[in-house]
Amino acid sequence: MAEDQGDIAVDIDHVTKRYGDFTALADVSLAIRSNEFFTLLGPSGCGKTTLLRCIAGFEDITLGAIRLYGDNIVDLPPNKRPVNTVFQQYALFPHMDVTRNVMFGLLRLGQSEAAARKRAGEVLDLVQLTQFADRLPAQLSGGQQQRVALARALAPNPKVLLLDEPLSALDLKLRQAVRLELQQIQQETGITFIFVTHDQEEALTMSDRIAVISDGRLQQIGTARDIYEEPDNKFVADFIGETNLIDVTVAGIDNGQATCTLPGGNHFTCPAAQGAHSGRGHLSVRPERVSLSDPAQGLLTGTVSRLIYLGTDMHVDITLTDGEVVTARVQNSAGTRIPAMGETIGLNFEAGAARLLID
Amino acid sequence: MAGLGPTGGRAARTYAGRGPLLILPAWVIIGIFLVLPILIMATYSFLTKEFRGGVIWEPTLAAYDQFFFDRGLFGDEQPKIEWTYILIFWRSIWQAGLATLLCLLIGFPTAWFIATRPAHSRTVWLFLITVPYWVNLLIRTISMKFLIRDNGPMNQWLLNAGLIDEPIHIINTNLAVQLGLFYSYLPFMVLPIYAAVERYNFALSEAAADLYASRWVTLTQVIIPVVKPGIIAGCILVFVPSLGAFLAPDLLGGAKNFMIGSLIEEQFKGAAGNWPFGAAAAMILLSMVLIVLIVYARNQDRESA
Ligand SMILES: Nc1ncnc2c1ncn2[C@@H]1O[C@H](COP(=O)(O)OP(=O)(O)OP(=O)(O)O)[C@@H](O)[C@H]1O
Ligand SMILES: [Mg+2]
Repeated sequence: MAEDQGDIAVDIDHVTKRYGDFTALADVSLAIRSNEFFTLLGPSGCGKTTLLRCIAGFEDITLGAIRLYGDNIVDLPPNKRPVNTVFQQYALFPHMDVTRNVMFGLLRLGQSEAAARKRAGEVLDLVQLTQFADRLPAQLSGGQQQRVALARALAPNPKVLLLDEPLSALDLKLRQAVRLELQQIQQETGITFIFVTHDQEEALTMSDRIAVISDGRLQQIGTARDIYEEPDNKFVADFIGETNLIDVTVAGIDNGQATCTLPGGNHFTCPAAQGAHSGRGHLSVRPERVSLSDPAQGLLTGTVSRLIYLGTDMHVDITLTDGEVVTARVQNSAGTRIPAMGETIGLNFEAGAARLLID
Repeated sequence: MAGLGPTGGRAARTYAGRGPLLILPAWVIIGIFLVLPILIMATYSFLTKEFRGGVIWEPTLAAYDQFFFDRGLFGDEQPKIEWTYILIFWRSIWQAGLATLLCLLIGFPTAWFIATRPAHSRTVWLFLITVPYWVNLLIRTISMKFLIRDNGPMNQWLLNAGLIDEPIHIINTNLAVQLGLFYSYLPFMVLPIYAAVERYNFALSEAAADLYASRWVTLTQVIIPVVKPGIIAGCILVFVPSLGAFLAPDLLGGAKNFMIGSLIEEQFKGAAGNWPFGAAAAMILLSMVLIVLIVYARNQDRESA
């Protein structure tokens, strides 16, 4: 799906949003494809909600344009934009029962009472809430309210659905169940989803593509695999999963391959992120891609400084001669040799497992 | 239970075990300051009047008889309804209702304005709303009389500004009474609505806009229903004291615009008074207020059920 370019549903074109002196979004450009499950991922306060609110129309943007299927929508008020939002705190109308909540948008669009009621029934069926149709929001559990919010936003069949951390109020079990449901609904309805989360696992498991944002700046866009396997910079490598950032000196970059000198003097060639340059730099290597060996055969050597038992596997911290710490994740299976504290060992990783980052 | 929030019922149950003891002080205060005075008044309304004020301890229905009937209910002749007092009552309800409406029309936007200011300036605005109420009600009402009379500052200003050709005659009209009541009780409208709006979740307005609602639809179908308890509380708090008010009608309305409050007040003033009749009128007023409140409570219960 990621390879198929398709229509551009939402085109965020050099959008800047300032609150007074504070820049919440700095020159963000993104193209979200039709029918895509697109995720905005980033730490708290990075501007995810701000971007979503700019798309929905609750905030005016300072610079740039936002286009919905080609039409610039920045001058339209929220009630004229064919997008719907699932709010972080649901924002269900407390004085209306579930059906009435779901009918609200349909009635505003001029549907008859009967047509709206019928459509509400269908959508409630989709989110499996039919038996709660007559309840008030206060009489529902958090997970049920979340599904009402989803149903209410889906009912008018918007071109784009915006979801602002809709799962954050749910407990772990429910969150996992609703994740699957959301994905299923997205596939069934074919509506473009823009999903906001600060939970990287959520982003990795659900999305077609992910945009990583930090401090109001776009860091990287790509599939879960792209972002995990081929991070562009230190922020992305560090934010998505765990990684080792190894100080290296880069002699040169040729054809996307960087030749560098590792701590301890060994030479190593590995892929480089586009935009990486020679000089001092960082390699990202995931702990599960680091293997242990005899000191003589290692790309790097060091002494074991910490061992953490994690059940199925084991965290081994190795302090290199220059004081840097590299973490290896060793499978706890039969035949694996578990090193001892203080032991001097070698570390290895394949060229494909390492990546020179943009510094 | 009317007036309790959604958690009211739950909280009441949690404390149920210790309830009787914890509630005792409240019952004592209600007993001494509410129930007892009402009982005294109820008793007086069934006693015989004495000239020069006071009562004779002889039970009679004469006071109620005088209120509702022209010729004695217990005389030989056919009884005939006496309209004077009933009309005063009706006028009072009408006046209090209009004053409440005026308070609502001005009070709601005011409360909304205050509740949507930044937190630190809200306190200042609320303070400003209450400042006039540090002055005695009598003095405020007399000042109002001065302001709105034919050659008072308001008319002068309007004349000078060329907005009118001759003074608007307000004093001694129903409008003057409504203005007086409005000015007397506006904070009782503003404060409960303010409290409700302050708790209002503005994400609901965004959700409404997101679902294609215009501002008007958002106001009438989301905001007003959600803050309704505050609006109703405000209306009750303005309507009930307006109904029994006597200063504004006396000072601003003149003799023609007599209200129930003045009628009762007169019965207890000086030698011309009639205590049992005043007590009876007060009891009738009280029953009407109670009926309004009970109807409201019933509605609330039905809605939350
Ligand atoms: N109305 C505002 N005025 C000033 N600054 C604001 C305003 N709204 C948001 N900000 C700032 O903009 C930044 C981005 O906020 P935003 O709500 O978009 O973060 P977020 O990525 O959604 O975070 P979270 O994951 O915590 O929800 C924050 O630093 C916030 O303080
Ligand atoms: Mg947010």
